[in-house]
Amino acid sequence: MDVLGTLLKLWNDSGFNYFFIGDGWKYLVMIVVACVLLYLGIVKQFEPLLLVGIAFGALLTNLPGSNLYTPELWDRFLTGEIGFGTIMRDGGLLDVLYIGVKAGVYPSLIFMGIGAMTDFGPLLSNPKSLLLGAAAQLGVFVAYIGAVILGFTGNQAASIGIIGGADGPTAIFLTTRLAPELLGAIAIAAYSYMALIPLIQPPLMKLCTTKKMRMAKMEQTRVVTKTEKIVFPIVVSIFVILLLPSTAPLIGCLMLGNLWRECGVTERLSDTVQNALMNIVTVFLGISVGATTVASRFLTLDTLKIVVLGLVAFGISTVGGLLGGDVMYVLTGGKVNPLIGSAGVSAVPMAARVSQKEGQKANPANFLLMHAMGPNVAGVIGSAIAAGFLLAVYG
Amino acid sequence: MFLANVVASGTPETIGGALLTGLLGYIVVFFGLFLLMIVVIITSKIVMAKTAKEAPAAPAAVAPSPAAAPAAAPAPGSAGKLKLYDTPEKEAAMIMAIVANKMGRPLNELRFISIKEVK
Repeated sequence: MDVLGTLLKLWNDSGFNYFFIGDGWKYLVMIVVACVLLYLGIVKQFEPLLLVGIAFGALLTNLPGSNLYTPELWDRFLTGEIGFGTIMRDGGLLDVLYIGVKAGVYPSLIFMGIGAMTDFGPLLSNPKSLLLGAAAQLGVFVAYIGAVILGFTGNQAASIGIIGGADGPTAIFLTTRLAPELLGAIAIAAYSYMALIPLIQPPLMKLCTTKKMRMAKMEQTRVVTKTEKIVFPIVVSIFVILLLPSTAPLIGCLMLGNLWRECGVTERLSDTVQNALMNIVTVFLGISVGATTVASRFLTLDTLKIVVLGLVAFGISTVGGLLGGDVMYVLTGGKVNPLIGSAGVSAVPMAARVSQKEGQKANPANFLLMHAMGPNVAGVIGSAIAAGFLLAVYG
Repeated sequence: MFLANVVASGTPETIGGALLTGLLGYIVVFFGLFLLMIVVIITSKIVMAKTAKEAPAAPAAVAPSPAAAPAAAPAPGSAGKLKLYDTPEKEAAMIMAIVANKMGRPLNELRFISIKEVK
């Protein structure tokens, strides 16, 4: 037996060998990045349900030689050279799981779970909060313009802009359709900033409102009837999908989940979608999105630009919502606390909690949570419409 | 192992085109949600009007029960009944105590109308 030859062959086949070939050092950097993301997810609890999966997917895909995810296969898929069948046959485990992202299945199923978990009551009791949900989409379009100025293509800019919607599944859905090469960076930026909402929003809230505005108390909202709650998802589906057909997968699934929750005769389905299905899809979504962060594609200047633009998008969306709140405060003679405007960036329910916390800091008798939930869930619909518009333009 | 050149999706966009698309997009989102607000308001009005019509008719349909006890009058000093939605009484009591503590006001000076769990 040729011991030396065998050892040499083992060395050549091992992943460690790749670190010393060409740009192999990039894998090492990505392994460190994945470990940092794991730290943020586990220790700092930044959106841990998704970030831990994304980070571990990033770790696996950057272990050279593992062949769990093959970006070259997906390049050929994008040019139409091969189909899903070839990927199923020749791809690695993460390639197969990624089909669910590419086909838009996972984000839509996540939306179904969100719908089943969301109470649209606060929105129905104060439909004007839909306007705050619209105002808070400002960052989407400002970041989109900023991305074009920085040299991204229209498709890429649209995908980057949607980070401002503060809605992970929508960002993933749009990016897989318009600019899949940016998926990893956009998903990580979107979920990281969502986790940082309690740090990003409060300074902007103070900047855009006066102490008097923040102290404004809001009246108790009316109790919404069961019939209204049942009719709402049906009406929204018909209206929004007819207005922008490209929103059908997201709005359709969101509203179906909500109908299961509210109709009162499908409790088993509602429970399954909220818990079991949501958890299963989260497992697949996290790990397959993380798999796209292959070193050669992730460690670029574009990723840095996306991180900066994402922060700009989040900040401007928050400012847009707050300015909308300011306008409502003036128009209603102080009956609307403008702090609820910042909750229009979706990120349910964290953004609403921030409004509640800041409102109570200004006035301990202030209870804004239920009022902020209105713009918060309106933001989910708003970001889906924004994504639908961008998909209609560039899809 | 590495793919040097990654093809960027889509075609370059001019700044003027992006400004126009961005503005149009924001208007579309606003317009869409504004229309949705109108639809929601109209739907709610229809549903509430229907509910209000049915409400007086409902007691007539049910035969009055002589055994039914009249609703108990609220205790002296009570501000009325607290409505609980998906909230156990024990948790409601704790929430009220916490709210009073945070506000620095005695509990008997506050009036709670309803408590609802936000899911």
